[in-house]
Amino acid sequence: MEILVNGTPHLVAADTNVAQLLVILELQGKRLALEINQELIPRSQFDTTVLQPHDTVEIVHAIGGG
Amino acid sequence: MQQDTLTIAGKEYSSRLLVGTGKYKDLAETKAATEASGAQIITVAIRRTNIGQNKDEPNLLDVIPLDKYTLLPNTAGCYNVEDAVRTCRLARELLNGHKLVKLEVLGDAKTLYPDTIQTLKAAEILVKDGFDVMVYTSDDPLIARQLEDIGCVAVMPLAAPIGSGLGIRNPYNILEIIENAKVPIIVDAGVGTASDAAIAMEMGCAGVLMNTAIAGAKNPVLMASAMKKAIEAGREAFLAGRMPRKRYASASSPLDGTFF
Repeated sequence: MEILVNGTPHLVAADTNVAQLLVILELQGKRLALEINQELIPRSQFDTTVLQPHDTVEIVHAIGGG
Repeated sequence: MQQDTLTIAGKEYSSRLLVGTGKYKDLAETKAATEASGAQIITVAIRRTNIGQNKDEPNLLDVIPLDKYTLLPNTAGCYNVEDAVRTCRLARELLNGHKLVKLEVLGDAKTLYPDTIQTLKAAEILVKDGFDVMVYTSDDPLIARQLEDIGCVAVMPLAAPIGSGLGIRNPYNILEIIENAKVPIIVDAGVGTASDAAIAMEMGCAGVLMNTAIAGAKNPVLMASAMKKAIEAGREAFLAGRMPRKRYASASSPLDGTFF
């Protein structure tokens, strides 16, 4: 199924959860925050949150800024 | 002098200089300038993680560690309430429940002037949601008071537009805001050099937040050190209480005992 991650289309298997998505993206263990369809997903729910077709995922981190 | 600290949301800081981490040439320079500034509260931006590119690139939090600094995630680039609130919630999750945020809701890309109406709305939502909100705003004393009434932990009027380096353009407004406030008033944005920071502190600001004045200097690390001293000097001058201005001279050496 296709999902949108940080504005770019990605193909992932059906029933992929957020934790698995982060492994696919090689982001596991990184300090990040994530929302799906503008809903914040707490880290504690990464294992139990299953992606749906056409989900819009945003993954963010801290960078330099004023 | 007895300990003079800045208290924000119940936490005491010995430094009254707050710095941003944008516009440096690399993380080594960010680290060196931040350390030279002596700042304890450090702003960061929240942006998309790079995916599939430079995945081993060093992370800002490696040089600005959470155990050494108080991070102040900002909502820079947000032009509406929804984006600002979303950004703060993501930042809180990113930083393990950390509640301190810098709210800014911009109204115009040319001036980066704050949209104070949207800022008031966002502040209300964030305060209700349990955030400790340090809020970037215009130098309008009425808006500053309303932001304080909403429950913001610090009100941060601009000295001049973000990144302009013009110094305090409207000192009497800043003074009015300071005199009416019970929360710390921190000048945020627009200082250009050390004397601008000193002037803000001499006026009685609780602190100054800056980024470009340091990162945009030819030697950012040296400017960070200059800013640290300017903030301290300005603060001490404020506490000392300056002499009254007089129109005519007043001799410093006694006139008694002259032999000529």
